[in-house]
Parts: sequence; structure tokens; C-alpha cells
Amino acid sequence: MDIKEIQELLKSAFDEGIGEPVTDKPVDPYITVETGKIHAVCLFLRDEERLQFDYLSCLSGVDYDKDNLASVYHLYSFALNHKIVLKVIVPKSNPIVPSVYDIWAAAEWHERESYDLMGIVYENHPDLRRILLPEDWEGHPLRKDFKVPEFYNGMKIPY
Amino acid sequence: MGILNKLDAHIEPFESGNILITSADKLLNWSRLNSMWQMFFGLACCAIEMMATSASHYDLDRFGIIPRPSPRHIDIILISGTVTLKMATRIKRLWEQMPEPKYCISMGSCANCGGPYWEHGYHVLKGVDRIIPVDVYVPGCPPRPEALLEGLIKLQEKIRTQSLAKKVN
Ligand code: SF4
Repeated sequence: MDIKEIQELLKSAFDEGIGEPVTDKPVDPYITVETGKIHAVCLFLRDEERLQFDYLSCLSGVDYDKDNLASVYHLYSFALNHKIVLKVIVPKSNPIVPSVYDIWAAAEWHERESYDLMGIVYENHPDLRRILLPEDWEGHPLRKDFKVPEFYNGMKIPY
Repeated sequence: MGILNKLDAHIEPFESGNILITSADKLLNWSRLNSMWQMFFGLACCAIEMMATSASHYDLDRFGIIPRPSPRHIDIILISGTVTLKMATRIKRLWEQMPEPKYCISMGSCANCGGPYWEHGYHVLKGVDRIIPVDVYVPGCPPRPEALLEGLIKLQEKIRTQSLAKKVN
């Protein structure tokens, strides 16, 4: 199935909250999904007979634009050999996205990484701690507005 | 006696007896610099070259440099690779656990000064000498095994000129 057919299938299953497929950008074609719908949409994508997205190949956080962050899901189906990209766009002031760790277990660590570096908070995640940076680190360093601190634990950071 | 002659000119055997004559310092230094037990601290890509140096082709063992699993057994610590701030805390603790006299070799640009991460590496310590004293810097990204060997030989030269017996401070 290509992205248009998948999007139509999603549209018929969910009345609203499913964006149009974007295919004219130099990235993988994607569909924007409303924040509150993402869990149900993912569950549908995995369990629907004609879709069978059994593999979450990547989940990443993006500093999307001035006011927004995005959580991006790259899905693949081993059974049917097709793929799709979903985006959830949330405001920087309230970056909360429902977790999908109970749909694909791989999401657990990916969401921790996205939280660690971007500061996106995944609701219902069982263990949302930093995964790479030290636990006492302040801020989320891959955000464009992040300022490198002068010191960490008495160690000077800038060159 | 022939072996001793070859190893170090500082120890002079008598012509025809089982007697050696030397100073305490020279004997200590001779034994120290030929048994620099080490703990390799491989942190990034430089660790690959460091492993190649200890493998059979470059054969670090011939200098008496053998790896030990605990910081309490070792004389030198070899920092090879990118020192992240998270790891820096651990390095400092290991350094404090090492018994005196102790030495540190910093291998590669990252450990020397931050390397490629000098500007945008928010998580990289710009040189391991910001937390522990370094005796020898080996430049390169990564340094070849020959360069690392030269660094170790430089450290041997340093040890040879030191005095444990006369240590004042
Ligand atoms: S100096 Fe170069 S080779 Fe060595 S750890 Fe840094 S980036 Fe890797």
C-alpha cells in the first residue's frame, strides 16, 4: 500500500485528526496526526489486517519550528513490506505526547531519548528518565534555544 | 648479566661476579619503567588504535605494559577517546583510586583538547587535563599505534629521570 491508500484507510476509520499525506518534500512522505489520536492510530496501524505495521523502525524528536516540537514515527511492515511516517506536532509550551510503548516495546527507549534531548514528555510512559545525559543535567540540549552552561559539576564546558 | 646490560645502561654488573652495583633510584626506576601496568580507558574511536597497539602486531607486552582490571593495581592510565562530562566523573574517581606514583597518558585530540567536539560538544570535556594531570599527550585523530608507542616511551624517559628515594615534597 502506498501512503495515499493508507491515509484513506485511516480517514475512514477516524473521522478527524488525520492530516493529508505530504509527498512533495525531500523527506519520506508523511501524515500529520493529531496529538490525542496518535495512540489509537498506532494501534490501528499495527492491528488492521491490511496494514500490519509490526515494526517501529525509528521514533525521534524534532525541533520543528519556532513554537513547535514534533515526535516522528517511522513505521514498517515486515509482513506486507510497506512503510509510513507519522508526525505529531506539539507546542513547545506544553510538549506532551501519549506514549506508544505498549504498542511497540521499542518505543520505550526511543521516547526516553526524545525526552532527554528534546524535552518531549511522553504521557503514560512507565519510566521516563534521561537515557544518555547524566541524571542531574539541566535542559534539553538538542533544542535550538539551548544554551551550553558554563560549568557542569565544577568542570568548565566551553573550550 | 647480558640481559641486564641490554635493558638499561644504568645498571653496571661487575666483570666476573654475581654482583651488580647501582643506586636505589636507578634500580627502582629501572623496574618501574619496565613494568608500567596500565588500565586502558578506551572511550571512543581512539580505543581501536589502542587495542591494535596491545595486540600481537605491535605487542605492548614487550615493554612490560600489561593490562590490569583494577585501578588499585596500576601505574598508568591511558585515556583514549572522547571524554564526555558523564564519563569525566568516573575518570576522576578511578584516578583517585590509583596508588602513587601514577601517570596519565592522554591519547588523541579528543582527550587532549576536545578534538572535533571543541565547539559544539555540549557534553564533551575539552581536554582530560581539566580534571586530572596529564604526563604525555599523544596527538592525532586517531594516533597510529607507532605514535602511542612513542608516547609510552616518552613516559619511560620521564620515569627514568625521576627520583623516588630522594623525593622531598
Ligand atoms: S581523537 Fe579522533 S579518533 Fe580519537 S576519539 Fe576523538 S574523534 Fe575519535
